[in-house]
Amino acid sequence: MHELAIVESVVDAVTRRLPGATVTRVHLEIGALSGVVADSIRFCFDLATEGTGLEGATLEITEPAARCRCRACGAEFQPDSPIMLCRCGSADVAVLAGEELKILSVQVA
Amino acid sequence: MCATCGCADGARIRHQHDDGTWYSPSAHDHGAHDHGGPDEEHGTNGHDHGAHPREHGQTVTLDEKVLARNDALARQNRDWLRGRGILALNLMSSPGAGKTTLLERTAHDLGAELAIAVIEGDQETALDAGRMRAAGCHVVQVNTGTGCHLDAVMVRDALTALDPPCGSVVVIENVGNLVCPALFDLGEAHRVVLASVTEGADKPVKYPHMFRRADLVVVSKTDLLPYLDFDLARCTADLAAISPGATVLPLSARSGDGTGGWYGWLRQRVALTSAG
Repeated sequence: MHELAIVESVVDAVTRRLPGATVTRVHLEIGALSGVVADSIRFCFDLATEGTGLEGATLEITEPAARCRCRACGAEFQPDSPIMLCRCGSADVAVLAGEELKILSVQVA
Repeated sequence: MCATCGCADGARIRHQHDDGTWYSPSAHDHGAHDHGGPDEEHGTNGHDHGAHPREHGQTVTLDEKVLARNDALARQNRDWLRGRGILALNLMSSPGAGKTTLLERTAHDLGAELAIAVIEGDQETALDAGRMRAAGCHVVQVNTGTGCHLDAVMVRDALTALDPPCGSVVVIENVGNLVCPALFDLGEAHRVVLASVTEGADKPVKYPHMFRRADLVVVSKTDLLPYLDFDLARCTADLAAISPGATVLPLSARSGDGTGGWYGWLRQRVALTSAG
């Protein structure tokens, strides 16, 4: 359950950037290939922000889909699983999107 | 609660001196004998944090990686290791896949040739540290408590306690877990993932995040293949699809079969590291 660790890192990063602020909204970006489950983040967000400047904040999560480019044939495609195979059969692909794990913005009171 | 891993009581780092005594930072002031480990963090995100707008009700754009702090500390660890010509490996697998057994065998077979030090990550006990010390390695045990992975802070502190010599090999044996450790850069040069044949051939497709970023996949316990239905060809084909850049080495640390490939891989990386 590393999602708890992820929320702790969000609290840590926001507190470092905006010390003492009361945060009312947090906007995260969690890509499909990030290894983090957005629903698990939602599940533990209230618990992990309790007693911090983020307590009671609304959580918004944008979930970019995975997008790849095949290095063999040049095709761009959206993989349907974390195993990123191009239709040409090549596994040599560049990930264009889906690995994001970012704090996009916060709203302060 | 630990800010990075979410564990209840933070990690406990212990190391053993040559007289066999275990020390932990709380019981043993490191200021008295500075090991010269990686620097304390400063300016870890590389930009000024003091000048952001703070008006009421305002949306503040942060655009910051969630793991930026861990990644910055991992970069410091990597620079520190590289500066000393030390090869650091992040060794990961599920619990019981044979990480410690492989390291014991490696220390036995290559001990005269390579200085191998080990950072042992486990939730509890110093059992693995005891095994590696008996195998002749310098070792630091990190107990993560309820934490499920090592992070860059724990490794920084462990490196300070371990004080590995220039040109040595440091193996960071991560907490047995195929999920969480995949996310946390520790500052290693290479990621080595073990998958034992007793776990089944489907582990790479079930845990793609772990295997996708591996530089080397060791398929361990191959001496048990005659007793199992493990499909090595299928496992290797799946790995080629998930992690096309990874080298796959089947071996048995118990019988020694296939360990030559692992030692060759290790020697080659050591040579490249010392060549700078």
